Amino acid sequence: MSQKKTNISKKREPLSDRRKFILNMARGVGIAALSGFVWSAYVDEATASQLLLRPPGAIKEDDFLKTCIKCGLCVEACPYDTLMLAAPGDNDRPLGTPYFVPRDVPCYMCTDIPCVPVCPTGALDESSVSTDGKLDINIADMGLAVIDKESCIAYWGIQCDACYRACPILGKAITIEYDQNTRTGKHAFMKPIVHSDACTGCGLCEHACVTEKPAIFILPREIAMGKAGSHYIKGWDKSDEKRLEGATTKINTTEISKQKASDKLNGDMLEGLY
Amino acid sequence: MKYIWNNYRYLILRRVVQIGLLVLYFGANAWGWSVLQGNLSSSVIFGVIPMSDPYAALQMLAAGALLATNLLMGVAVATLFYLLVGGRAFCSWVCPINMVTDAANVLRSRLGFNRLANKQPASRKMRYWILGLSLIISAVMGVTAFEFISPISMLHRGIVFGIGFGWAAVVVIFLFDLFVLKNGWCGHLCPLGGFYSLLGKFSFIRVHHYEENCTLCMKCKEVCPEHQVLHMIGKKSIPVLSGECTNCARCIEVCDDEALGFSIRKLAEKKTGA
Repeated sequence: MSQKKTNISKKREPLSDRRKFILNMARGVGIAALSGFVWSAYVDEATASQLLLRPPGAIKEDDFLKTCIKCGLCVEACPYDTLMLAAPGDNDRPLGTPYFVPRDVPCYMCTDIPCVPVCPTGALDESSVSTDGKLDINIADMGLAVIDKESCIAYWGIQCDACYRACPILGKAITIEYDQNTRTGKHAFMKPIVHSDACTGCGLCEHACVTEKPAIFILPREIAMGKAGSHYIKGWDKSDEKRLEGATTKINTTEISKQKASDKLNGDMLEGLY
Repeated sequence: MKYIWNNYRYLILRRVVQIGLLVLYFGANAWGWSVLQGNLSSSVIFGVIPMSDPYAALQMLAAGALLATNLLMGVAVATLFYLLVGGRAFCSWVCPINMVTDAANVLRSRLGFNRLANKQPASRKMRYWILGLSLIISAVMGVTAFEFISPISMLHRGIVFGIGFGWAAVVVIFLFDLFVLKNGWCGHLCPLGGFYSLLGKFSFIRVHHYEENCTLCMKCKEVCPEHQVLHMIGKKSIPVLSGECTNCARCIEVCDDEALGFSIRKLAEKKTGA
């Protein structure tokens, strides 16, 4: 019994300072690893949104998230209360970053773009909305208008050009295409068409759309557009055709078996299977 | 009246400054005032002088963002300012969370939680771990890690731009400080406080102890939110040199014996050296 007691007291010698320090450090690292895991999982989740519309001149979303300091100077500069800062609990909106919802308040495309030059961090990049050193809101790219032809009443044959009239670059970003209404045989379709090269994504069309839920709406360009891939070349487009210049030709041939399919099946292919 | 002046003059002044700054920020967004625009992450004073949170900039750097000149200027202004007035002067004179945790602290001692657990179960070094962790997560995830969870920005941004669910974070901190850990958030966890502690090591304005006047009443240690910085009380006439001191001046005003006062670092050091 007494033997045991001395054993225990031997084991409980006070820790040396160095050992204490190392153990404490290890403890710290353990806690840090756990909290770091939870923290980064949260941050990952909190910054996952892709469907947000940013102010004009916003840099690529990934870079935007690391560059925006969330000061709200752009929000304060906006004369129309278009821009807002995402508050905690706003679904899918990275906390504190500026965004706008065009159905509520679209971007009115001020020619002096007051929201961009005030940005202290360059998350809103002045050069991306400038031509020849002058601010030019018409080259802004906040998103791209997309039309749902199913719910657009103009595509049904009802006359409506609300989006076309609302468009600040009308005739370029939205045009009206005339078509014959074969259902009635005597009326015309006047279909709005969005042109991605001119559309800035300001959302005045979405704001103006008369349907219950807008049939024309703004999506971030990357989401709204597909991509054909570089191996498709428009042969009728001189500038696109130029990509063929200097292209090398390489012919790939595949060795085709001369055997008949039945020979192949009756041959050694099945051997080893049974 | 004299009693209030003697015992609460700095506290009252701090509340005036804290609330005054909030009103100025709020007015910038609500009524277009231009005294103080933006928020604590990045501001513009009188429409000219930039001031940016150096810790946020550090996270941006870790995340791999390009730091704009404007931002760097703002960071320089803020760094110089807090080098002058004391790093954690931010915590006790500017940060809105200070009012929340101070309230929790008062209530805590009234309700007797301080008697329940006299020994603090947690280390005040945690903030430096969290500071380091935030930079690691920023680097790995490519976003500013603390800025997406900071209750300071949530509250401040919330007051200026709309709070959403941000009040929940504030309530959590209040309850944590009230029930779980005395000075839990500001004194143990907050990495921004940790950052300013590191900066504050080099700052000029310090609290100075005059041992010859001290009657060892220990009122100062009782009222101090970072009582470990007052280790010299009754022992040595030296300035409080720990960066963890928030320059809140509570110790100065509760002292009835003029054993504590503000001093300028250089002069103070010469005095003690002589």
